[in-house]
Amino acid sequence: MSARREALLWAAQRASAAMLALCVVVHLATMIYAAHAGLGAAQILERTRGNVVWLGFYSVFLLAVVVHVPIGLRAVLSEWLGWRGASRDAFLAAFAAGLGWLGARAILGVFL
Amino acid sequence: MTTLQVRVWRGGPQGGDYRAYEVPRQASQSVLDVVTYIQRTLDPTLAYRFACRVGMCGSCAMTVNGVARWTCRTHVDQVCADGRLELAPLANLPVIRDLVADMREFFDKWARARGRFAGRRTRHDDFERVAPDSEPRRQVDAAIECIGCGVCYSSCDVVAWNPDYLGPAALNRAWTLQRDVRDAAQAERLRAVAGDAGCHACHTHLSCTERCPKHISPTAGIAGLKRAAAAAALKGEL
Ligand code: SF4
Ligand code: SF4
Ligand code: FES
Repeated sequence: MSARREALLWAAQRASAAMLALCVVVHLATMIYAAHAGLGAAQILERTRGNVVWLGFYSVFLLAVVVHVPIGLRAVLSEWLGWRGASRDAFLAAFAAGLGWLGARAILGVFL
Repeated sequence: MTTLQVRVWRGGPQGGDYRAYEVPRQASQSVLDVVTYIQRTLDPTLAYRFACRVGMCGSCAMTVNGVARWTCRTHVDQVCADGRLELAPLANLPVIRDLVADMREFFDKWARARGRFAGRRTRHDDFERVAPDSEPRRQVDAAIECIGCGVCYSSCDVVAWNPDYLGPAALNRAWTLQRDVRDAAQAERLRAVAGDAGCHACHTHLSCTERCPKHISPTAGIAGLKRAAAAAALKGEL
């Protein structure tokens, strides 16, 4: 059981890392473009409000974060604090939910 | 420089401390020569282990100035610029006495990693042919020359954090069998090496790869096991 779970978590970690690599590059390129073009908050919101492409992109970005971060944190908690088992996994599920909630708020904040 | 200042860890499972010795410096002197000089000339109670003296048996590994090394093939020149040597038993293993580490757990983990070959054929069958230039065969070649010295295991931080971790040498052994097209216990072996005490615990630190005296990369083998385990898990075979 542990073998299968670890193997699948590893695969999820790898796949989300690949997604993150791409998302971070796109995100940084966008930020640099916005800064160079001198876009202010109002102009940025003008471009993101109601734009399903940005909604889709940042949703994918958020999904990758929600998958990737708790798996990495899981190893840190086990190895550095010796925290294993169900209580750790419950904490990580709550942590993932928290990340998802904060991220979703940010995404909807610039979409709606 | 005519003498070496050598500090040697002396003690047992209950603890111990360093004791100082002066050893005459010689040309082409190996670290094992230094230990042997101490034991034969200065202090016959010193316990240490060696057999082949030519880098084949894997029994002489120790911690030399803080780094795990095979001592028979490590020249004093390579490791000590200032005439000082500090020798201790291998880390991450219990001590039996002085420089002798207890290797039982290390080798038990090879067994736990399903490190033995499971053949399909009997003596009545013909030999199985493996093309020397095939990909799996070349991967086996790169990893097969392990002498079981324990240098990698002693250098791995994950072993220190997680005492159940099978460690680089046992996983490297499992990898050579995973790549062996004649082996019949693949699924069983993957189950033995996957999981948080197996290949998935490896952080790809590369300490094992940097220190292995046989220039093996257990890290690469462990990465291969992770890929194989993921493929098996996605197919529902793990
Ligand atoms: S690469 Fe893996 S096995 Fe090798 S030292 Fe690092 S954690 Fe240990
Ligand atoms: S992999 Fe290298 S360092 Fe590890 S036991 Fe084998 S020979 Fe020694
Ligand atoms: S004594 Fe055999 S490897 Fe060093």
